[in-house]
Amino acid sequence: MSHLTDFQTFFLLSILKIVVVLVITLTAVAYTVLLERKVLGRMQNRWGPSRVGPFGLLQPLADGIKLFLKEDLMPLATERPLFIFAPIIALTCALISIAVVPFGAVTHIAGVDMFAISDINIGLLVILGITSIGVYGIALSGWSSNNKFALLGSLRATSQVISYELALGLSLVGVVLRAGSLRLRDIVDSQAAHGALSWNLFGGFQFIAFFIYLMAAYAETNRAPFDLPEAESELVAGYHTEYSSMKFAMFFMAEYANMITVACVATLMFLGGATSPLGNLLPANFGGPILSAIFPVLWFVAKVFAFLLLYIWVRATLPRFRYDQLMAFGWKFLLPVAILNIIATSLVLALRG
Amino acid sequence: MQLALFIIFGLLAVAGAINFLLQRHPINSALSLVVVMMSLAVLYWSLGAEFLAAAQVIVYSGAVMVLFVFVVMLLNAGEEERTHGSKAAYAVGFPGAAAIFCLLSFVFLSNGKSFGVTDLGNHLTHAANNIAEISQVLFRDLLLPFESTSILILVAILGAVVLARKEH
Repeated sequence: MSHLTDFQTFFLLSILKIVVVLVITLTAVAYTVLLERKVLGRMQNRWGPSRVGPFGLLQPLADGIKLFLKEDLMPLATERPLFIFAPIIALTCALISIAVVPFGAVTHIAGVDMFAISDINIGLLVILGITSIGVYGIALSGWSSNNKFALLGSLRATSQVISYELALGLSLVGVVLRAGSLRLRDIVDSQAAHGALSWNLFGGFQFIAFFIYLMAAYAETNRAPFDLPEAESELVAGYHTEYSSMKFAMFFMAEYANMITVACVATLMFLGGATSPLGNLLPANFGGPILSAIFPVLWFVAKVFAFLLLYIWVRATLPRFRYDQLMAFGWKFLLPVAILNIIATSLVLALRG
Repeated sequence: MQLALFIIFGLLAVAGAINFLLQRHPINSALSLVVVMMSLAVLYWSLGAEFLAAAQVIVYSGAVMVLFVFVVMLLNAGEEERTHGSKAAYAVGFPGAAAIFCLLSFVFLSNGKSFGVTDLGNHLTHAANNIAEISQVLFRDLLLPFESTSILILVAILGAVVLARKEH
């Protein structure tokens, strides 16, 4: 690439990275839906989707075609521009935050880091900021639908998300204190010394923070056991009651993309990101230059996958909370425990000097 | 690059601010305000203040404006009537705004040199990190004012709770 300037190389490689990551994320979103249906099915003693393709593996494709070909109904009494913008906001915000996630070890090709779209020194704050913007998608969809159930669903979702955002942000402070940086690569590096033993979850003694993050993440993504915004026995389908066809599909994709983002953040903050859990048991250049660049990505994917399985397992196990229980749990239990965790972590760090 | 960002997001901020005034529905106005705040965050970032940018997005667009939108949704506020406004506002407001604009641009154009210059290159290539500097200032040099501000905010929250509680 000698005839291209530095900026042109950077630009072209960035576009390539964005396209690849977007395609992989959207495929992962589609197959997370299938994974959820399969695993949930087996946990409830039934097969799950098994007709389309071998083991039902082409089911996401069939679902996509079905949603794409459905009639796009638009009720007359909606607030027209906001009704269309709301799913776009939800999906865009869900997909943007993946841009700061580092997927693998630092691997430079032509001066560009190949395993992260952008490496920002406030990466964690960017993810939190985009999550907080994503609330608008849900809030506006319920309001612009001009439907009681949709409005109630979106009010529930919005208040739930902004309540649990606090606990989510505070649970990550202990990790940031240990790493001394908001850059996601630095946070991963701070857990890389001895494999799984130096993960923040084990060696960093941040398991209370991990528990708080787990609870807050389920509430943030409106998933069971906190899926009150979509409680079908009370609210039809919650904020996306009036949506059909691709607009509904966008909300659906946004929910699963948010799940994947939350799993990525959990992996980066508590499970050592793309570093190997075996630590120095494997030599650093295990399997040659190409394999040793791919292995971290595989570890990352495996950790994200494990976190997604945990999500599905919890959905199959726990019943839904009541609304007052949800709020009391968030404000009276998670928030104080998160603050105590910050105090304990900073005391230990200060005493160790 | 920085100039392009400034032009795009500066224009977006101005357009959002004008739209904020022209819209008749409170939700549309609130959303234009969100656009203004996000564009300001990008401008902060392009000036090298990345922490300020993130705080702007998280606090203002993510929390304050969500509450605004929430309240508008809960109260189910309808479209506002468009009035002609007061004569005094027209008589004083436009010349006043024009005078302030002229004064500010005069000061900036005539004394621009004495404001000093800053090198933004380091901030855009991550060579400099101002979060550490901000926390040094906030939690060491200015600890007392910072903590008293947080107590002030706590008092305000308690006051709001007392005012909102029904008398038994």
